Amino acid sequence: MHVENEVIFRDAAAKALLDPQLRANFRRAMDGLISKRLAQFPDPRDLQDLRDLSTAIRSRSLLNLPELLEQFEAKATENGIQVHWAETCEEANELILGILRSKGARTLVKGKSMVSEEMHLNDFLERHGIEALESDLGEYIIQLDGETPSHIIMPAIHKNKDQIARQFSQKIKDAKYTEDVDELTAMARKVLRQKFLEADAGLSGVNFAVAETGTLCLVENEGNGRMSTHVPPLHIAVMGLEKVVARLEEVAPLYAILTRSATGQAVSTYFNLITAPRGAGEMDGPQEVHLVILDNGRSRIYADPQLRATLRCIRCGACMNHCPVYTRVGGHAYEAVYPGPIGKILTPQMEGVGVRHDLIHGSSLCGACAEVCPVEIPIPEILVRLRREATHEDAGSNVAGKGTGRTAIEDWTWRIWALVLKRPALYRVAIWFATRFGKALPAGAPLIRNWTRSRTKPVPAHRSLQERMRAEGGRHD
Amino acid sequence: MNEVYFYATCLVDLFYPDAGMAGIQLLRQAGVQVIFPEGQTCCGQPAFNCGYWEEARDVARTQVALFPRDLPVILPSGSCAGMMKIHYPELFHGEPDETQVRAFSARVYELTQFLVDVLDVKLEDLGEPVKVTWHSSCHAVRDLGLKGEPQALIGQLSNVELAPLAREHECCGFGGTFSVRQPEISGAMSCDKAADAESTGASLLLSTDGGCLLNVNGTLEAKRSPLRVQHVAEFLWERTRAR
Amino acid sequence: MTDARTAILSRLRIAGGTAPQPALDTAVLERRQWPAAERVARLRKGMEAVHTEFLEATPGTWPDMVRAFCECERLPNLLFGPSSEAGSALAAAWAPGDTQLMPYDRPVETFKDELFSGVAAGFTGTVGGVAETGGLLLTPGPAEPRLLSLVPPIHIALLRASTIQDSFWSAVKNLGWGRSLPPNALLISGPSKTADIEQTLAYGVHGPKRLIVVLVDDLT
Repeated sequence: MHVENEVIFRDAAAKALLDPQLRANFRRAMDGLISKRLAQFPDPRDLQDLRDLSTAIRSRSLLNLPELLEQFEAKATENGIQVHWAETCEEANELILGILRSKGARTLVKGKSMVSEEMHLNDFLERHGIEALESDLGEYIIQLDGETPSHIIMPAIHKNKDQIARQFSQKIKDAKYTEDVDELTAMARKVLRQKFLEADAGLSGVNFAVAETGTLCLVENEGNGRMSTHVPPLHIAVMGLEKVVARLEEVAPLYAILTRSATGQAVSTYFNLITAPRGAGEMDGPQEVHLVILDNGRSRIYADPQLRATLRCIRCGACMNHCPVYTRVGGHAYEAVYPGPIGKILTPQMEGVGVRHDLIHGSSLCGACAEVCPVEIPIPEILVRLRREATHEDAGSNVAGKGTGRTAIEDWTWRIWALVLKRPALYRVAIWFATRFGKALPAGAPLIRNWTRSRTKPVPAHRSLQERMRAEGGRHD
Repeated sequence: MNEVYFYATCLVDLFYPDAGMAGIQLLRQAGVQVIFPEGQTCCGQPAFNCGYWEEARDVARTQVALFPRDLPVILPSGSCAGMMKIHYPELFHGEPDETQVRAFSARVYELTQFLVDVLDVKLEDLGEPVKVTWHSSCHAVRDLGLKGEPQALIGQLSNVELAPLAREHECCGFGGTFSVRQPEISGAMSCDKAADAESTGASLLLSTDGGCLLNVNGTLEAKRSPLRVQHVAEFLWERTRAR
Repeated sequence: MTDARTAILSRLRIAGGTAPQPALDTAVLERRQWPAAERVARLRKGMEAVHTEFLEATPGTWPDMVRAFCECERLPNLLFGPSSEAGSALAAAWAPGDTQLMPYDRPVETFKDELFSGVAAGFTGTVGGVAETGGLLLTPGPAEPRLLSLVPPIHIALLRASTIQDSFWSAVKNLGWGRSLPPNALLISGPSKTADIEQTLAYGVHGPKRLIVVLVDDLT
């Protein structure tokens, strides 16, 4: 079934599974994150109440999204923030390039931003002669190796300290080899502080945008976000259009559940609320603040009442930390900007359910993700819905690539399946054959072959339960 | 509660008929008359999960029709019970027979759920001392909402020691078609589950669900482990039946 | 890009629903309340857990405490905001010694290099604290520039115990931040840190390596 479509994730995952170092790195890291999160929620009632509240806040924000975006834009503009809109990643990239060029900026220092990863902004800027340097330590580490993030919160989680030690000693000027984490951190600090000092512009993402005040909220531990947004004379922020929340009061519980769900911290080191560029009498801060609001398929997701829940996401990464698939294969196997369970529902909706059929079937639907999601996104339900969309062209649906994952073989499989199972007489015959001859089925037969890679062949019972109940004369009425 | 319906599920029908028989006997032992309607096939979950909803609905409709009386419907599977109880209402949303289906769904119980929450059964252990471990089926817990009913029943057995898995709530890797669509990942998950079970020192792994059992059993057999798996119904019945 | 704006907003508007607005039950936030003395203890516990250091002081002695700390640490200088309430009080009480008080009173462009490499510590006031999780609330501005609490390797912050709020949520409400916010506002819970290398905590990655809270007991 769908072998041709399923190669991307399946092959990459199979390769990852053969890397014991990678598996150990992820397992250790995820175990740590799971127990740290759990320690932050000692009272199940508090947790459920906070999840319910957060879900309600995000649902409400989405319900009023166009009005909130307009209110936010008006307020931010009044504060002196310049707001731009982009339909696509290409448009967003061009907008940012235009802003940088208008200021003659040649170097950009970046705080962590998944939307900028979505835009492949770094590559784009490099092609246009602008240096884009990642300053989040994890992002910096992977940028040195030309890699992409393997986790949305901890981008370098696939690497262990020996690997980073080797990499630093080879790629940072005058760096000696050390496995001491404090020394490694100090090396990065030295390089990056110089970059902050010299950079012409800084770029950041946005965790929450507050409509009533026109404020951009940034959550971080390292201070690179504050450096990127406050040291250079120009600050450009990028965000998906779903990030806006009506009131600052509503941000407080979202922030509380975000850090606890993400890294098991009650609070991050910094919560940075940016409302305006450098004002009259201020000695520092950026002279200009720009915000690019990106759609890139979000308004299409928004249009579907069920799929809209995807946009509630606050990017905590708890779904990946708890996912039995992600834990084993790591983030790169997904070949997508957003890995893990949230990536499995977000990527196909952005890129098309047919082409990323591999991702929507790369789940056992175990539900561990939905169980921990701070905004209760029903990820397994949405996966099933997207499986539906991939194989059908339902009227009224506007899902990207609907119906393009359909294959004749799968169609026929389910048609025959239904044909047999809705006719008890046919089912009885099939079961009769399975109980008598199931044993004789070769272990190398299609599909069974996939099962028997790591298991013995399933052997049907000699007599089915129904046959035995008939023999027993059980009550059938 | 004098009468109940019993729904075998296709996996129990074909692979674990002993578990089905045991479930029926446990109910009878608790003083309940069990009605086992003819014409049972499958709850429709495989097609539903793959997006083939019309096909799933066609099959589901024939199954709902087998249970016309207002009696509880008992399943020896958390996953299939979850399908019928939680997902049928979604599957039939907007269909002309939605009301009847919803009424049916409200009557669905997983076996141990019914034994504990409704019948409040008390079990007497007649078996030899044994150490077992427990795998909680994802759908039984997260879809259907089991709250430890099977473990509570096992806990009533005085000669049974329950050694928990290190990762009791982690998926065993079955996931229906997932096991053949993503055999490498599924296999890795199954191997980890099998290793976890082996390290408990138990001689038996129990679960509510045929899918998980089939998967873990196949994996254990492939690595020639002495550890066996058993459906919880069969285990409970074997240990409590008067001989 | 008016076109993108119009197109996006109109798509969202067409899609928007008439579903009822979900109610926001904030009981879980309202439960987070403590008496004043306990608020101090909670804040301290939360912040010490992430390597924040505390100096206990009284309304009369805190400038001396700050100076004693600087001398003891042999800090050559201390950057501060001369026109802020805390800054002017500090300057008024400052006796000449080994640590030079350095006013941050000119645009950053004129001394960026010095700020990054020639300043030992920065001193700021706070507008409050957060008991639930630990944390300081700052509103940088003309009187206390934004980089004062970020670039120098040590950040010394003055916190009056009476200004500690129950939670960030109650702080937002009580400080009226939802009605109007200064250009920049901050919650700071400790020195800069990272766990990006093998989940191992390391302090002082980009921002201050140490955060010193001068806690003024003004509750009695």
